[in-house]
Amino acid sequence: MQATTESPANTAKAKPAQEIPLQNEAPGRGAHDSSRQQSATPRISIAIDDTRKVRTLNVKAAVDNLNFYYGQHRALKNLTIPIADRQVTALIGPSGCGKSTFLRCFNRMHDLQPDTRYEGSITLHPDNLNLVGPGVDPIEVRMRIGMVFQKPNPFPKSIFENVAYGLRLRGMRNRATLAEEVEKALRGAALWDEVKDRLPDSALALSGGQMQRLCIARALATTPEILLFDEPTSALDPIATAKIEELISTLRDQVTVLIVTHNMQQAARVSDYTAFMYLGELIEFDEAAKIFTNPGKKATEDYITGRYG
Amino acid sequence: MSAATSAAYRNMEAMRAGLTRRKMMDQIFVIVGLIVMLSCLAILAVLFIDLVRDSAPRFTAHFFTTFASRNAEKAGILAAWVGTSLVMLVTAVCAVPVGVAAAIYLEEYAPKNWFTAVIEINVTNLAGVPSIVYGLLALGLFVYKFSLGQSIAAAGLTLALLILPIVIVATREAIRAVPKAIREAAYGLGATRWEVTKDHVLPYSTGGVLTGMILGLSRAIGETAPIITIGALSFIAFLPQSPFRSEFPFISFAWLKDPFTVMPIQMFNWVSRPDQAFQANAAAAGAILLAMTLLMNGIAIWIRYRFRKKINW
Repeated sequence: MQATTESPANTAKAKPAQEIPLQNEAPGRGAHDSSRQQSATPRISIAIDDTRKVRTLNVKAAVDNLNFYYGQHRALKNLTIPIADRQVTALIGPSGCGKSTFLRCFNRMHDLQPDTRYEGSITLHPDNLNLVGPGVDPIEVRMRIGMVFQKPNPFPKSIFENVAYGLRLRGMRNRATLAEEVEKALRGAALWDEVKDRLPDSALALSGGQMQRLCIARALATTPEILLFDEPTSALDPIATAKIEELISTLRDQVTVLIVTHNMQQAARVSDYTAFMYLGELIEFDEAAKIFTNPGKKATEDYITGRYG
Repeated sequence: MSAATSAAYRNMEAMRAGLTRRKMMDQIFVIVGLIVMLSCLAILAVLFIDLVRDSAPRFTAHFFTTFASRNAEKAGILAAWVGTSLVMLVTAVCAVPVGVAAAIYLEEYAPKNWFTAVIEINVTNLAGVPSIVYGLLALGLFVYKFSLGQSIAAAGLTLALLILPIVIVATREAIRAVPKAIREAAYGLGATRWEVTKDHVLPYSTGGVLTGMILGLSRAIGETAPIITIGALSFIAFLPQSPFRSEFPFISFAWLKDPFTVMPIQMFNWVSRPDQAFQANAAAAGAILLAMTLLMNGIAIWIRYRFRKKINW
């Protein structure tokens, strides 16, 4: 198939048009977290396809010409995507297309494997830190960007210790503060009511869906700037999945979410923006509503309608 | 009846016949396995019962609280079991930290290249080196070069070398059993490699590490050749100095340099006596040594069981 990648930025230059503010600039959105409302957050205009007007969005992270290599194998090819601040961006595409590889660039998980290499940049705003820059400490990156994995992976410790671990790593020792933060995180992950009476119990006694929400709480406790989800519901039943999806929708207010999913309905339900990837390339990036109702590329349409993948 | 159904019917017959044959093979394997296992157990049981029967007259408190003697009835294993305990202590204290640290390095830190591959192969090979070779090495290195003499310290270090590969291999296996997902979860929260190791990998693999340690010690407890090589005394009528003192600093390490004997050597000494009465002493020492080993293995199994129950991936 033909997989041409048009850089959104280039298209924007080619098609100057009137700017329409996106809904996330509406008053009230994320107002409770004023520290993030920094003027340094750049806004870039992107024209996502030829027929529509250019839109402006607050960018949390700008991926620019990102290439990733496993040894000699080039797994990601010239990806350029803006990640909208406090919005949900979904990555879809067939297995092996590089979605998870792309996601794992954001918190430098690849650094744990030998013989991997990044090229290009992921600029995190507002301080313009290049997440994949050679001089940037991957541990610092991981302290700012949280991740929830495909299979629920709580530590075999108590529920409390699971959530507190990230805080302990950050030097928090005060018992009362820890308890407060743990409660906040568990509430944020819609798990508090179910576990408040058994915080000292083993996390392994929870159900699959509860474990995954515990993992979300564990990530939330460290107040990440971006939260990465790598197919978070693929090991869960439909009811647990629905709860996680609902949770992701509410998280949108406080954190930028990037989610990889194999489930088209899920991407359509939870995401504001959707990127379709194929063979390590970005085929199409647009608002979710546009991608799922009127995709600009034939390949995207074929994938969404289940013709391959 | 159509051709299709009759064909299916004939196939059913053949399938059932085949199934009966296959199930019979299954049964045969179960029986063979049981026979092999039971005969191993029977050999051990006969050995143990025979030892206990031969040594029955020696099983008194007196036997544990007296030194060796020229008179078989009066002889005991006090020096031997104290010596064995102290040597095991030195062995454990030396082998476990070094072995666990080496295993952690190899599993968590070392880059995968030809150099670490060579180290890995050598660690595995070391486990198969005859124990007498360790004895010779220790004689040259610990006894003469480091001037430790024929002491508890020299024996403990020798046995520590001997079980080091066992500890390393067991620890590596335990570490490898910690799922990658758990490590990723910790790294994802911003943990350093050391934090991942100390907060997660080590605590979750403690069961395996302890099991490896005990299995190593239960091998060391019965080792005779290297201890004889470094020159342990076979007849000894005094105890090493006590590690506890009445005055400050209340603890003393002078016993490390004391001469000693251990259970297998005491047993070997008695077996080689011409007087038949000493055979009972040897049997009793053997039974006790065997019981100690079984007990240690039992503890290892219990620890593994407890940790498996607690951490169930």
